[in-house]
Amino acid sequence: MTAVTAGTTGTTGAPGVSDTAVAATQAAYEAVFDAAVAADERIEPRDWMPEAYRASLVRQIAQHAHSEIIGMQPEANWITRAPSLRRKAILMAKVQDEAGHGLYLYSAAETLGTSRDELLDKLHSGRQKYSSIFNYPTLTWADVGAIGWLVDGAAITNQVPLCRCSYGPYARAMVRVCKEESFHQRQGYEALLALSNGTEAQHAMAQDAVDRWWWPSLMMFGPPDDESTHTAQAMAWKIKRHTNDELRQRFVDIAVPQAEALGLTLPDPDLRWNEERGHYDFGPIDWTEFWDVLKGNGPCNDQRLSRRRQAHEDGAWVREAAAAYAEKHTGKHGEAQA
Amino acid sequence: MSTPDTRETAGPGVETSAITAAALALGDDALVLSHRLGEWAGSAPVLEEEVALANIALDLLGQARILLSLVGDEDELAYLREERSFRNAQLVEQPNGDFAHTIARQLYFSTYQHLLYGQLAAGDGPFAGLAAKAVKEVAYHQDHAEHWTLRLGDGTPESHDRMQRACDTLWRYTGELFQPVDGLDLDHTAMESAWLDSVTAVLTKATLTVPTGPRTGAWAAGAGRQGLHTESFGRMLAEMQHLHRSHPGATW
Ligand SMILES: [Fe+2]
Ligand SMILES: [Fe+2]
Repeated sequence: MTAVTAGTTGTTGAPGVSDTAVAATQAAYEAVFDAAVAADERIEPRDWMPEAYRASLVRQIAQHAHSEIIGMQPEANWITRAPSLRRKAILMAKVQDEAGHGLYLYSAAETLGTSRDELLDKLHSGRQKYSSIFNYPTLTWADVGAIGWLVDGAAITNQVPLCRCSYGPYARAMVRVCKEESFHQRQGYEALLALSNGTEAQHAMAQDAVDRWWWPSLMMFGPPDDESTHTAQAMAWKIKRHTNDELRQRFVDIAVPQAEALGLTLPDPDLRWNEERGHYDFGPIDWTEFWDVLKGNGPCNDQRLSRRRQAHEDGAWVREAAAAYAEKHTGKHGEAQA
Repeated sequence: MSTPDTRETAGPGVETSAITAAALALGDDALVLSHRLGEWAGSAPVLEEEVALANIALDLLGQARILLSLVGDEDELAYLREERSFRNAQLVEQPNGDFAHTIARQLYFSTYQHLLYGQLAAGDGPFAGLAAKAVKEVAYHQDHAEHWTLRLGDGTPESHDRMQRACDTLWRYTGELFQPVDGLDLDHTAMESAWLDSVTAVLTKATLTVPTGPRTGAWAAGAGRQGLHTESFGRMLAEMQHLHRSHPGATW
């Protein structure tokens, strides 16, 4: 969409322009925006967009970016103990990818006028969230496999539709991210398969990890539709394309046969194929736990955030040095300082 | 010659064992430094450095896997040897410390490794192929370390002090890099003087003082290449090997 560009925001009138004229301009901008969204066109950074749309995107992209970088921690926990060099290389590359995803996403958020520093500050002060899944601990090596299979798998289910999100930079970031996420999912599945087919102890380790990660993975899709505050508006704006419950069902339908192929069970006695619906039925989710973890009471909330803050504080002198160096050396060449 | 005929030169097994010694020295350097860099994951000072440090760690791990596989099973060698059997130089096992220590360690090592692989790539020995590929990777590692040395050395007073301290602390581990290694027919003296020139130029440009202390330890028994390591290395291996050793014979 290029018909209306920012710069003339339409929200402030020039002196002498009547309120009615301003309102009329605003309405015209909105009509163009709505038409673009309705026609499945992409909204680009210079296009006019409603403030609420912008705010909603910033909130979602920031939360997504934060999840990528906090999500490095539970898996980095096993880099130094990876049981073979091949697994170690795969895990390192995966954790590196997640850092890269963070970079793409913070860049996408920057196109909306928010800097990475600002967003990190909000993460560190607890004003913005990250996915609650990362507030669970990785207790054994098998957790690395379970995260790849289930957590990255759930992330893909969520993110594939985001490749068609109405906001261009976010949609394009998602295309790159999804390619890598599907590799993450496959390596997790493959790591679990090796464990499941391995010794008795390895099999037990895999089963235990799946037992612990299954329900939190289902919670990754967010609260049920009737309790989700953001879904309706996000869908109207085509930021979101499916409801939380639709995506959750899609994930369950994919995961159940995969669990069977892995030779592992899922910890839900109510899980069974429903011929009529053409979907798997599954048992009730413990939303009390979900809200509790979200509020900060998960097993690792404090740990994850303190580790993040610590890394940021420990790195302050490095960032200051880089800035000071850049300033000195740009200055020497006589280039203008921002 | 590209495939060494052991019988013709030094008698049965002799050249093979020399190649083994060389592959272990180079492979262990890469393996151990990769592990140390992997410890940074999730704690780097900026997001771009998460990516960069992981990149270097992955390159090194790739090199280690090729080198160790030349002489045996990579996992048996990495996970089942005792501390005294590792042949890496002590420099690479030094703990990460602050970011300045990590960068100083990388500067010293990458400068050495770039010269080393440059020489090996130019020859026709058993490591020429690996070295030709690795020398390009290492050129990036060296470049990365040099840029950070400049930024930290010539950044703020605090970063300058930290970088100077790191360069001084690690200086005593740099002499070992130029001890002759069995199976590597290299001009160590030329490498050492090229290394000194290169490091001196970078440190000077970074407004840092080239350390003046000894470049080897006083202990005549030797260092990492002889299987004598520093105390933190045992703990590093304990962490690295624990899971693998807890499941003897398992595949992953
Ligand atoms: Fe990711
Ligand atoms: Fe991922």
